[in-house]
Amino acid sequence: MVDTLAEPPPPLVQVRNLTMHFPVHGGLLQRRVGAIKAVDGVTFDIHRGETLGLVGESGCGKTTCGRAILRLYELTGGSVHIGGTNIAEATPDQLRKLRPAMQMVFQDPLASLNPRMTVASIIGEPLKEHTRLDKTERLARIHELMDQVGLNHDFANRYPHEFSGGQRQRIGIARALALNPQFIVCDEPIAALDVSIQAQVVNLLEDLQDRLGLTYLFISHDLSMVRHIADRVAVMYLGRIVELAPRESLYSDPRHPYTRALLSAVPEPDPVLAARRNRMILTGDVPSPAHPPEGCNFCTRCPQVMDICTTIDPEFREVEPGRFVACHLLTEPKNNQQGSLL
Amino acid sequence: MPDGVLPVLDVRDLTTVFHTRSGDLHAVNSVSFDLHAGELLGVVGESGSGKSVTMMALIGLLPSPPAVVRSGQVLFGGHDLLTVDKDTLRAIRGKRIGFVFQDPMTSLNPVFTVGFQIMEPLRKHMGLNKSAAWTRAAELLHLVGIPDATQRLKDYPHQFSGGMRQRVMIAMALACDPEVLIADEPTTALDVTIQAQILELIKALREKSGMAIIWITHDLGVIAGIADRVIVMYGGQVVEQAPVAELFANPRHPYTRALLKTVPSVHGQRAARLKVIEGQPPILRSAPDACVFLPRCAHGFGRCAAENPQRRAVGVGHDLACHWDGETEDG
Ligand SMILES: Nc1ncnc2c1ncn2[C@@H]1O[C@H](COP(=O)(O)OP(=O)(O)OP(=O)(O)O)[C@@H](O)[C@H]1O
Ligand SMILES: Nc1ncnc2c1ncn2[C@@H]1O[C@H](COP(=O)(O)OP(=O)(O)OP(=O)(O)O)[C@@H](O)[C@H]1O
Ligand SMILES: [Mg+2]
Ligand SMILES: [Mg+2]
Repeated sequence: MVDTLAEPPPPLVQVRNLTMHFPVHGGLLQRRVGAIKAVDGVTFDIHRGETLGLVGESGCGKTTCGRAILRLYELTGGSVHIGGTNIAEATPDQLRKLRPAMQMVFQDPLASLNPRMTVASIIGEPLKEHTRLDKTERLARIHELMDQVGLNHDFANRYPHEFSGGQRQRIGIARALALNPQFIVCDEPIAALDVSIQAQVVNLLEDLQDRLGLTYLFISHDLSMVRHIADRVAVMYLGRIVELAPRESLYSDPRHPYTRALLSAVPEPDPVLAARRNRMILTGDVPSPAHPPEGCNFCTRCPQVMDICTTIDPEFREVEPGRFVACHLLTEPKNNQQGSLL
Repeated sequence: MPDGVLPVLDVRDLTTVFHTRSGDLHAVNSVSFDLHAGELLGVVGESGSGKSVTMMALIGLLPSPPAVVRSGQVLFGGHDLLTVDKDTLRAIRGKRIGFVFQDPMTSLNPVFTVGFQIMEPLRKHMGLNKSAAWTRAAELLHLVGIPDATQRLKDYPHQFSGGMRQRVMIAMALACDPEVLIADEPTTALDVTIQAQILELIKALREKSGMAIIWITHDLGVIAGIADRVIVMYGGQVVEQAPVAELFANPRHPYTRALLKTVPSVHGQRAARLKVIEGQPPILRSAPDACVFLPRCAHGFGRCAAENPQRRAVGVGHDLACHWDGETEDG
């Protein structure tokens, strides 16, 4: 551990310039002809006990980012420190030791649960692999976890397809909690659930955070849920983070034109308001992550685009304490300090 | 072409049971609704309330066993889809009735490219040759907002993000200009901007070709913005039906009321804790003989336990299945 006397505790997760590219093959010989820049240089921190919301358009790289942080992919570039260890360079042995502390709740619960395993064996699997608990102790722990997520013990011997969507999601959460992790990446944990069950799952995640001090990266496209659960929110567009801010400031005073467009497009659960709403519909197509535009990634669709935006990539910098934006509109000429995160 | 007076699709008294290891499960209980040309019918309801099973049953896609369609009629284009021969049904499905499944990964085949899978209905139902189908497939993929569409036709489903896979499903369902589109949670994985784009696309098709749409979703914001009429399902039954403005302004069923209260918003005060509807959804081992919502209802009384309420009209186009008169203010 580094000497941190008299300083605030370092963030649990430090992501620097994280890059994840997937090769594109083409031609007769299926040679590598390019890359899908799914995540293209993102930098952020997540503090202990905090929930960082990660939002953005479908295909902008959220899942890839979450998976890369847990090193479920080999990174193309950048570093990810979790609790001081650089995950990007950890050896398989180090990784194995770290795995219990970092978990993921996957976007698609059904696809991530083995249909041939009972719920007890799904939740018990990480216990078997990473602990020395004997059979009885394991079962006790499985029951304890099922209690925590509000699943009846009687369901322990059922198979995933016999559960409702919300229950399946909770199986995934119980499995993620089995080894007392410090950090959980929740990838769209509530997208497929009806509102009441969404609320149930979100309340559960909050209770667990209060009780166990968990840290979450909460990936979602549901801006109203993110507003509810996140302490800070990062907005992603085409592989980059365009804005990162504390929840309240982001929602009341969005700075990046993309964040503004996103917020104005949230559907209103009231037909009278919905008819009156003045939506800012973005025009133009989303560029391909294989061929991002010159300059700012958002320049092809930005309603406030300027000349500079089509040539120079705006720096992701702190425009006021705690608020980071990558946009030329916010670059004051007098500002000469290095806009660094650190 | 439907004449605008008769519904394009008329579902009557549909009942479906699963025979499982642990006994029967009455997933759909006497569901009736109709759908007119150019109309968008929203379907909402709790997880497990039978929304998907209803739609799968009406186009004959439920696995049997374990499913058995016990009763009902599904009238479409002069046929009853529940009794029509397999070839006719196959010709209707995918061509005249397009379907977007809830789970794209189980309905997209992982070993074929996305392009191949979009081209298949175009070649089978529209008689396009390979190169015409390829061009049309790229066009469709572009329409649903996937960048670099032509190049990405060559990708496999696992190379797409969750929301992109969902949009592939939408492109496939729209491929043959269907008269009816049944979309089961088609935009759950989509962010608001792309969702808005898809909704605009659907609205345009509805106006252009009079396509009628059934849109299942848990997103009440989407329903408010796009539906003409809404049915609310609970415990395998339709418990309320109303024009969209009426449903939001004057919800009558205690479940509908509770549902509308659970939605968080991006505006106004942020709630410290989200509201949930307390209690568990029912597991129906036999056909319901009492109100299915009773165990979670704040207004239940003697009659609710004795008799499953039938749908009754309470306003223009507004009906509900509830014994409570709804006049006493709820708490
Ligand atoms: N294994 C892969 N091979 C090639 N391309 C991939 C792979 N995984 C993801 N991609 C591409 O990377 C981009 C980002 O995908 P990702 O799944 O991270 O998006 P997302 O933000 O999670 O979207 P969604 O909200 O739709 O789930 C997409 O263009 C996707 O097609
Ligand atoms: N293959 C099956 N075998 C047994 N039961 C099933 C099967 N498929 C569905 N069910 C059950 O039928 C009921 C209705 O399921 P359905 O999928 O229609 O719900 P839904 O309203 O679409 O819910 P969601 O919002 O979660 O998609 C559920 O209780 C479900 O568990
Ligand atoms: Mg994703
Ligand atoms: Mg469903």
